[in-house]
Amino acid sequence: MTAIIKHRLFWPASALVVLITVNMLANASFARITVRDGHLYGALIDILRQSAPLMLVALGMTLVIATRGIDLSVGAIMAVSGAVALTIIDGSEDPGGFGTIMIAILVALLVSLVLGAWNGFLVSVLGIQPIIATLVLMLAGRGTALLITSGEITTVVSAPFKQIASGYLVILPVAFFIWVAAVVVVGVVERRTALGMLTEAVGINPEASRLAGVRSRGIIWTAYIASGVLAGVAGIIYSSNTMAADANSAGYLIELYAILAVVLGGTSLMGGKFSIAGTVIGVLIVQTLESTILFLGVAPAKSPVFFALVVIFVVLVQSPRVHRWGRSVFGSSRTSSAPDEDAEKKEVAA
Amino acid sequence: MTRNNHPMGQPTPLVEMEHATVRFGTTLALDDVALRLYPGEVHSLMGENGAGKSTLIKALTGALRLDAGTLTIDGTAMRFATPYDAQRHGISAVYQEINLLPNLSVAENIRLGREHRSHGLISPRRMEREAAVVLSELGLSVDPHSPLGSHPVAVQQLVAIARAISTDVRVLVLDEPTSSLDSDEVAELFRVIRDLKERGVAILFISHFLDQVYEISDRITVLRDGALVGEYLPTDLLRIELMQKMLGHDAPELLSRPRPASAAVPAEPYLKGRGVTSSLGICDADVDLAEGEVLGVAGLLGSGRTALARALTGIDALDRGELSIDGRPVRFASPRAAMKHRVAYSSENRRTEGIVGDLSVLDNITLALQAQRGVFRKIPPARQRELAASWAEALRIRPSDLDRPVRTLSGGNQQKVMLARLLALSPRVLVLDEPTRGIDVGAKVEVQNLVADLATNGLSVVFISAELEEVLRVSDRVAVLRDERVVDTLESATLTVDAVLALVASPETTEEGE
Repeated sequence: MTAIIKHRLFWPASALVVLITVNMLANASFARITVRDGHLYGALIDILRQSAPLMLVALGMTLVIATRGIDLSVGAIMAVSGAVALTIIDGSEDPGGFGTIMIAILVALLVSLVLGAWNGFLVSVLGIQPIIATLVLMLAGRGTALLITSGEITTVVSAPFKQIASGYLVILPVAFFIWVAAVVVVGVVERRTALGMLTEAVGINPEASRLAGVRSRGIIWTAYIASGVLAGVAGIIYSSNTMAADANSAGYLIELYAILAVVLGGTSLMGGKFSIAGTVIGVLIVQTLESTILFLGVAPAKSPVFFALVVIFVVLVQSPRVHRWGRSVFGSSRTSSAPDEDAEKKEVAA
Repeated sequence: MTRNNHPMGQPTPLVEMEHATVRFGTTLALDDVALRLYPGEVHSLMGENGAGKSTLIKALTGALRLDAGTLTIDGTAMRFATPYDAQRHGISAVYQEINLLPNLSVAENIRLGREHRSHGLISPRRMEREAAVVLSELGLSVDPHSPLGSHPVAVQQLVAIARAISTDVRVLVLDEPTSSLDSDEVAELFRVIRDLKERGVAILFISHFLDQVYEISDRITVLRDGALVGEYLPTDLLRIELMQKMLGHDAPELLSRPRPASAAVPAEPYLKGRGVTSSLGICDADVDLAEGEVLGVAGLLGSGRTALARALTGIDALDRGELSIDGRPVRFASPRAAMKHRVAYSSENRRTEGIVGDLSVLDNITLALQAQRGVFRKIPPARQRELAASWAEALRIRPSDLDRPVRTLSGGNQQKVMLARLLALSPRVLVLDEPTRGIDVGAKVEVQNLVADLATNGLSVVFISAELEEVLRVSDRVAVLRDERVVDTLESATLTVDAVLALVASPETTEEGE
């Protein structure tokens, strides 16, 4: 039992479960899932579908935060990626053609990769503070997206492209499969190669890592490139959802929601140890909360405050300090805190 | 339990701890310990890592609460809830790892939290004036306005002490205050300690330097495995007896050389440096290191010890000079490149440049090898565990749980983890910068013996330490540094500490640049 409570994902997962339960109590239809034309529909399915852009962005953000960095430019990269993809489709002879869409996606992702590499260059080679380095692109990126779309909201018609965000694969939404695939790929790359451990080492103690022979520059660079590419995928999903390249609203403030999701998932902003599973839960918390606001019919004017209140509550529930405080108020005496070095049985040299 | 009566006949202790007991889960970290501190005395607390010293200090300074027992200050029973609480009662501590803020100025660090305010505003000038007074009392010529981080560790340490002194301190706990100071600075610190003593401050002094303990202490309390061994007068206790009480067994190995002086140093050195120069503080150093040889490096702080080590291992770029291995010239562009040639370095700053605190012991041990293999050739988890376990076993890393974050280990064990990390690379040359700094006597002997064993097995070691006895004990030859230059390299078998000291200290006593 204590092993479960001590698990780093216990509190985030509990928060998610509580959030879903509250919704179900408020309105039983929240949990209802119906089958139509062999596809699943329902509020929970919508959450899985709609969380795709945030999930992808938060995944990249997790890696960047693990290196002690932060990437504020992800929303702008989403806007650029969407603008590039839709502009290509818009300008093509055959907007519904498979080839066109593939080219649009590939070019958009390539541009995102270059933008991510630019961030990584500023941070790892030039040594600029991550928050400033990525702020450059956060501001300039949206400007670039506006230039690409000539300041207009380009709407396109391309049924196959629309499938990315709205379509179904077998019984579940395509967008859901995309983020699951991204989670699996990132998870496998981080844990099956040494990238995860080396990323944590660089995030915890960059100088010690360098002296141990870790190529920290490459590792930090990789994190920003991954963040850029994942934001690019998010941008494609977003633009496929709206079918309009809107440079101003695509990915607006998503960097902050992504940071929130990463922190809710238990990864420290101080860098180092990170949890992909935690981030997945964090994103689902944020997305469920968004749906809750719609579902409970919170008036638009009140929804930001409602959102903030719930976030504060969730953060408090997870705070170790609040846990300690709770224990001291509700009776149980000092629990065995982490034993310090003196507590260890020291074997005397024989 | 032998306890001497207090010699000076001062009637009431300032601090009295009785039956002090602290439990962590099922472990007794402190078991029925007594401690008395009288005003105007220097009291040394001795014991190995894990003996309960830190726990005792934490209980005294309010960082930890006693599970049983009493703490009496001036005859009044106390229960401190926080360190701040203890400070208000005149109890301050300066820890081995400096807990100050490097970005703030010296003055701010001294006065922080106690700034004088007028109308709610802090007056920086007043703060600097006040800080300057404290600094001059300490005899420190430091600009109070300069950022703390711009000063060497030794100065930062003294600033930490200045901070403690600037409160109305009655009990000052100094936890390994001298581990990063050179002998002049230690003398300076001792002057300050004696001054505080005059003023009636009780000082609880913790150090692994026996010389210093004997020089400064009025009384010594020894702990072992969380329990009190006894309270002694330094005049009644021989050093060897003190070590035996700390270790709990006879310690003949403390006296002997870990290995015989090697009969003959092979003619051709394995690692050769000529005119090694780096702008970070070493000039025209010639270094010869034979296979299986331990080359000690002696010198004062700032003499170029660390700069030499870093220049040899690719951490700082060479401005001039050449390195060769086995007769072939090499150039190390990075620590990584040096490790490829199986030359590995362990830093004197264990916490900032050594361990990766939040990672497990296992990850810390495999880190350098994994970095060498690159991201994609991950060492299979089973192999990692096998590797780490075998090194943890060989170096007797305690506790042996490989999944603990390495920061929870004691200093000595962290040092062994660092060594394990380098040894996992199967190096040919190890450059160890202060590998025994801040660790207790037992662990120190273990590290020294380990170095000797490694050398016997053909590894070449550069052994840097501020403690000359240690350098002489471990090394085959000693390179003496002064003012960023190698003054001389001598066979250590025929050397005495005094002879090395003479070389280290004064230019007049030796012919230079022959």
